[in-house]
Amino acid sequence: MQELERVGQGSVRVTRKSDKLVIVEKDLATEQMVLAMGPQHPSTHGVLKLECLTDGEVITEAIPCLGYLHRCFEKCCENVDYPAIVPYTDRLDYLSGMNSEFAYALAVEKLLDLEIPRRVEFIRVIVSELNRIASHLVAIGTYGIDLGAFTPFLFCFRDREIILGLLEWASGARMLYNYIWIGGLACDVPADFLKRVREFIAYFRPKAVELQELLTGNEIFVKRTYGIGIMPADVAINYGWSGPMLRGSGVKWDLRRNDPYSVYPELDFKVVVPDGKLSVIGDCLSRHLVRAVEMEESLKIIEQCIDKIPSSEGFNSRVAIPKRIRPKAGEVYSRAENPRGELGFYIESDGKSTKPVRCKARSSCFVNLSAMKDLSKGQLIPDLVAIIGSIDIVLGEVDR
Amino acid sequence: MSTTAFSQFSMPLLMGNSLNVWSEALVGFNIMGLPLGLIIIAVIPLLFIALYSLTYGVYGERKISAFMQDRLGPMEVGKWGILQTIADILKLIQKEDIVPTSADKFLFVIGPGILFVGSFLAYAVLPFSPAFIGASLNVGLYYAIGIVAIEVVGILAAGWGSNNKWSLYGAVRSVAQIVSYEIPAAIALLCGAMMAGTLDMQQINVLQSGDYGFAHFYLFQSPIAWLPFLIYFIASLAEVNRAPFDIPEAESELVAGYFTEYSGMKFAVIFLAEYGSMFMVSAIISVVFLGGWNSPLPNLGSFALNTWTNGPIWGAFWMISKGFFFIFVQMWLRWTLPRLRVDQLMYLCWKVLTPFAFISFVLTALWEIYVP
Repeated sequence: MQELERVGQGSVRVTRKSDKLVIVEKDLATEQMVLAMGPQHPSTHGVLKLECLTDGEVITEAIPCLGYLHRCFEKCCENVDYPAIVPYTDRLDYLSGMNSEFAYALAVEKLLDLEIPRRVEFIRVIVSELNRIASHLVAIGTYGIDLGAFTPFLFCFRDREIILGLLEWASGARMLYNYIWIGGLACDVPADFLKRVREFIAYFRPKAVELQELLTGNEIFVKRTYGIGIMPADVAINYGWSGPMLRGSGVKWDLRRNDPYSVYPELDFKVVVPDGKLSVIGDCLSRHLVRAVEMEESLKIIEQCIDKIPSSEGFNSRVAIPKRIRPKAGEVYSRAENPRGELGFYIESDGKSTKPVRCKARSSCFVNLSAMKDLSKGQLIPDLVAIIGSIDIVLGEVDR
Repeated sequence: MSTTAFSQFSMPLLMGNSLNVWSEALVGFNIMGLPLGLIIIAVIPLLFIALYSLTYGVYGERKISAFMQDRLGPMEVGKWGILQTIADILKLIQKEDIVPTSADKFLFVIGPGILFVGSFLAYAVLPFSPAFIGASLNVGLYYAIGIVAIEVVGILAAGWGSNNKWSLYGAVRSVAQIVSYEIPAAIALLCGAMMAGTLDMQQINVLQSGDYGFAHFYLFQSPIAWLPFLIYFIASLAEVNRAPFDIPEAESELVAGYFTEYSGMKFAVIFLAEYGSMFMVSAIISVVFLGGWNSPLPNLGSFALNTWTNGPIWGAFWMISKGFFFIFVQMWLRWTLPRLRVDQLMYLCWKVLTPFAFISFVLTALWEIYVP
């Protein structure tokens, strides 16, 4: 009855010739489309460009193109004094300036072998944990936007505003603080600061629950993130992932515990890893949940710090700050747990200059983003957006 | 049934044998050979859609979303920012009319036009009041379902003509979505049509009037009517590209979908069409399931609330209020829910809504046959 006639290679066209059904293959070119996602795309969180090879809605390959926000951080550092680098570190991960300053100050203090007053240590932990909550709020809020939920974003920013207000009260700036100096702080916190922080904690606890009801309590949100972009623990370690990303893959790794610094050993907090009940371990939802639960842990840390902090009587926040920073010849690598993962500073000194010979930042976002090629293979465009959002990149830190 | 309902219908302004006295009077209204009446009939819905889009649609959406998100919304232009939309429109009119160099100019220009016409044509059969309907077609509902599909052509023209990959994605998604969701939407509306026994929108309203107000609405007339009601509401969200089905214009994925390249007045026209469609589907659902211009208040003995609150003017009030109510629900959903993925959207349509639409169709048919 039917006679198949094949002409060439490619897609098939069916025609009817008298009483026979003839299938003619036409040479219709089907090729993959190159889709430039970014640098001006709303969900690449800044100026990331992803060069995607797409087959319909399916991504066959996505390569991140970096450098749109490169500011020569490392070269700048070689030309300024050690204390003058602190404001530059604010601009790395501009959503968590306190944490970056903290990491840098730790590195130089390690190089100088400085003794830090206890009250300074506690204030540093309080402000950097506050900043961690603010940073996670942005991560969670923008993740909601990536998935089409606009309202949680504004709820997040409403609460983040309070934190920024507190940090502004302490340091005088809202995002780029220059507050944690090498060996001390720019100034002590204001008189009522700790009381206000307590008030914020009491206010924020129910709001965090409400936020989770709005996101993880929503079936569409769970459907969009459950089982998407799964990263097995071993691959994550091989990629050098850190922070909430690595913990999302089920690895219990937190530098505040595993390589403790400052007063963290004295504090009681959990290292959050997903238990696999709500999410597949290593998927986008796990990473989101880790951030959400970590905010509560940060609140706990702040509460303990407020209980333990020495009084401000006779306290001078600049007492341990060296007059002139000229470290002995040598090199140091120091790392700290930032909201986005491990931020490390490698600093090399020649012993003569007041400027570092080399200052390299190991940025967590950059390393986390490097897995993009693996994660995006075979995903749909909406899933790609969900994956980028769950990586929670800040381009200021990726490009430096 | 229809004649009894009709004779019970008492309205001070309704004199003749026919409803639609206003529109029929307007049709005969000529000045110096100019069919002024016909123009007015066309202009009244147009003015309504424009004014509503200006004042309630855009301003309302911004205010409602603001209140849901703990902020104030527009506050600067006029008291409580009430003139904000007018300022926006003035800005859009002043903007340069840009057609991208590599765009297909004809398709690019005609796209918003088709979109706007598509959403506006359905206003012809919407009974705004017992005395006013643009065109009292005996296949009004069928026409309304069909004419919405024209929008697909406009979206495809806009998306393809823009010569932008994101626009193309948006357009292709949109066509797939609207074509799919028309099936459950149409079947759900057929349930209402089956209960009425007519496709005439005005007649469907007349059949839902009575002394008991809301109890005569089709939503409360059969125990299964809520199912097509719900199906149509969900499908209509997808048809007008509202959240959680706004994937054709998903701003975080596709920049702005099929209208990425549009600016100035063309953008405003697309926006106007979108808000026009929102009201249109809201009006259709209130006509078919919630009595359209009928008052929901029942007559309580000597308190003849239903009689007092029915009439051409009251009818327009009820019709528009019901439409606005559904628009409010659409906005409420939009600012609460995340967006579905493309395949999840199709799954919902073909594997959930369509089978349930068929079930409700069969059940409604059985109900209509066996329950008098």
